[in-house]
Amino acid sequence: MGRTGHIAGLSLFLAAAPTLAQEPHARYNLQAPVTTIAAQIDDMHTFMLIICLVIFIGVFGVMFWSVIRHRKSRGAVAANFHEHTGVEIAWTVIPILILLGMAWPATKTVIAMKDTSNPDITIKATGYQWKWGYDYLQGEGEGIRFLSALSTPREQIEGAAPKGDAYLLEVDNPVVVPVGKKIRVVLTANDVIHSWWVPAFGVKQDAIPGFIRDAWFLAEKEGVYRGNCAELCGRDHGFMPIEVHVVSEARYAAWVAEQKSKMAVAQAPADPG
Amino acid sequence: MATLTHDPIHAGHAAHHGPTGLMRWLTTTNHKDIGTMYMIFSFIMFLSGGVMALTIRAELFQPGLQVVEPEFFNQLTTMHGLVMVFGAIMPAFVGFANWMIPLMIGASDMAFARMNNWSFWLLPPAAILLLGSFFVPGGATAAGWTLYAPLSVQMGMGMDLAIFAIHIMGISSIMGAINIVVTVLNMRAPGMTMMKMPLFCWTWLITAYLLIAVMPVLAGAVTMILTDRHFGTSFFNAAGGGDPVMYQHIFWFFGHPEVYIMILPAFGIVSQIIPTFARKPLFGYASMVYATASIAILSFAVWAHHMFATGMPAAGQLFFMYATMLIAVPTGVKVFNWVATMWRGALTFESPMLWATGFLFVFTIGGFTGLICAIAPIDIQVQDTYYVVAHFHYVLVAGSLFALFAGAYFWLPKWTGHMPSEFLGKLHFWCSMVFFNITFFPMHFLGLAGMPRRIPDYALQFADFNAMASVGAFGFGLSQLIFLVVLVKCVRGGRKAEARAWEGAEGLEWTVPSPAPHHTFEVAPVVR
Repeated sequence: MGRTGHIAGLSLFLAAAPTLAQEPHARYNLQAPVTTIAAQIDDMHTFMLIICLVIFIGVFGVMFWSVIRHRKSRGAVAANFHEHTGVEIAWTVIPILILLGMAWPATKTVIAMKDTSNPDITIKATGYQWKWGYDYLQGEGEGIRFLSALSTPREQIEGAAPKGDAYLLEVDNPVVVPVGKKIRVVLTANDVIHSWWVPAFGVKQDAIPGFIRDAWFLAEKEGVYRGNCAELCGRDHGFMPIEVHVVSEARYAAWVAEQKSKMAVAQAPADPG
Repeated sequence: MATLTHDPIHAGHAAHHGPTGLMRWLTTTNHKDIGTMYMIFSFIMFLSGGVMALTIRAELFQPGLQVVEPEFFNQLTTMHGLVMVFGAIMPAFVGFANWMIPLMIGASDMAFARMNNWSFWLLPPAAILLLGSFFVPGGATAAGWTLYAPLSVQMGMGMDLAIFAIHIMGISSIMGAINIVVTVLNMRAPGMTMMKMPLFCWTWLITAYLLIAVMPVLAGAVTMILTDRHFGTSFFNAAGGGDPVMYQHIFWFFGHPEVYIMILPAFGIVSQIIPTFARKPLFGYASMVYATASIAILSFAVWAHHMFATGMPAAGQLFFMYATMLIAVPTGVKVFNWVATMWRGALTFESPMLWATGFLFVFTIGGFTGLICAIAPIDIQVQDTYYVVAHFHYVLVAGSLFALFAGAYFWLPKWTGHMPSEFLGKLHFWCSMVFFNITFFPMHFLGLAGMPRRIPDYALQFADFNAMASVGAFGFGLSQLIFLVVLVKCVRGGRKAEARAWEGAEGLEWTVPSPAPHHTFEVAPVVR
């Protein structure tokens, strides 16, 4: 099902797509999902696209038939009908039924997205102008905290150096989480509203100063997943990406140990004892 | 449908009396003069907002920062939105209403002629405040056209100028709306019952109620920002007991009806044009009226679909998702009615009809993406991405703007007495149509693939479609200069227009000579 959107996009924009083979990034459709929620969203989008396409072809098939066949220049004489109760009721009721069909899967997904209960790990993400702060609040890695800012060098942005593969989507300290664990992200912000968005997870949640919001994901595949701040937050809104590394449990444990020792070193001089 | 005896003896009185030169335009209370000024004003604002859009597209032509700094980029996106919404689209429709509503219902002028003058002349000072804010310390507001707090509280004095400009434009809109309501309800010619009114009058009547209902809400929202900025209140500041999200609720309670304020009159214009060139009555007139009213009423119950990413309880998300999906029903009814009007007509495709058909085709794409955005989980992925940018340009450019062009080509003969150039009109349409789609269609792909909106620089995988959109945007911008040529040529001369300028045209406005004399319907016509 997920292919169909690709195919529709392809046929429309074949001319503009020089290199399609081995494409690492999504170009025509949603990014490849790595959570159940993102997969549901992807399927729902494809499903809706097909329904819309069918209606589109139906309605505009009729319109273009008229445009071509019912021309005055072809000798068409105007009919004089201007209402038909049966037809009007039909094209009011049938769309309602189609909408019900769309609402059903969407409702199930909305409810699933809101279920942030029983997480394995809880991470607080705080939006700053213009970087993210992360605190591991609960679960393995509890107590780890760091700031995460854009690591793309200024020269690349100004065109003084060639741009790297992860241009504008790379950070100095990525978020690291274990694969197959339910991660709850608790969000807030320090100054203005930001939004924490990782497309492959199907998570986008505003971070609101003075308030707490939450979201969750359970990544099913190891890898590096990238996203952006999705709410205009001032000058460098376009320069505060999100980078999440989903790793095996063993590598996660190693990362946690490394972070703990780093933090111990950093705290030592400040210790009054 | 309508009959009128135009009295040739009084034709001499139709000439203009009163001051001439600049004073004529400053002091005029004539609905046609005021309508013309509204339209000239909105076209100037359209070109200003267009220059901003092209600067944005120039920066986004390739990855990296080349043309403007990020801060100025944000000012441009913000001002492009504000100028196009409040300066171009809304005043253009009010201009159409001023010119056409009295002519369509057989009234001699608008109900409150002096207030009409005032509601226009408020606009130039507001525009000066808004555009002038680029030149104050700190520049124009860069908080996005939605002016979300607390970002808007951080801005420099350009924000205050924008707030005052919005206040003034809001007052202007409210006065214009009151004028339209009273004119439509009280000044219809004898026999012109509500359900005989041209659909353009119906859509504007409903729009005017929306304006009266929501412009004060916007004024309240920006006033609260103003006091948060300068007088120590904390409406949107959590540290003082406020809530930043409350701003969004108030803004979108205005903002969503505002969307329909910008599209319902467009529906009205298209509903005048399609029957004319199909030479067949509008299909489902009554259902069109009910559909318009349903859209207007529903528009008050869907605002939080702009806020799915703020984190509402599931019940809230579900309510706003269902309500939003429902809007597809009356909107679908309208599209089906227009297609049924064309069905088995005797169609010709002069410029107005070409634009109206183009509107129908491209606007409907915007309607479909709107339905997709209504699904809360999908919206979580596409909210604040280029997908949404594509969606609202399909409804606002291909919707409102294309309908405005359709209406302009349709009624230019009545306004100027000359037929607009068919060749240039068609050239304008085909260039606009092709370049519009080159600009905005790839934005759907950009948004789906993960490009956020309102960013001056982007990841490399978005480069191709951005380059394409930028090329399209410059083509689209230049195409609009064709319209300027059409206007100048049409005002200066051209083939003389008859009273009934188009073969299938029906309605009172086609019973008065072209150009419409300065005073029309001094004696009300009788509608059978």
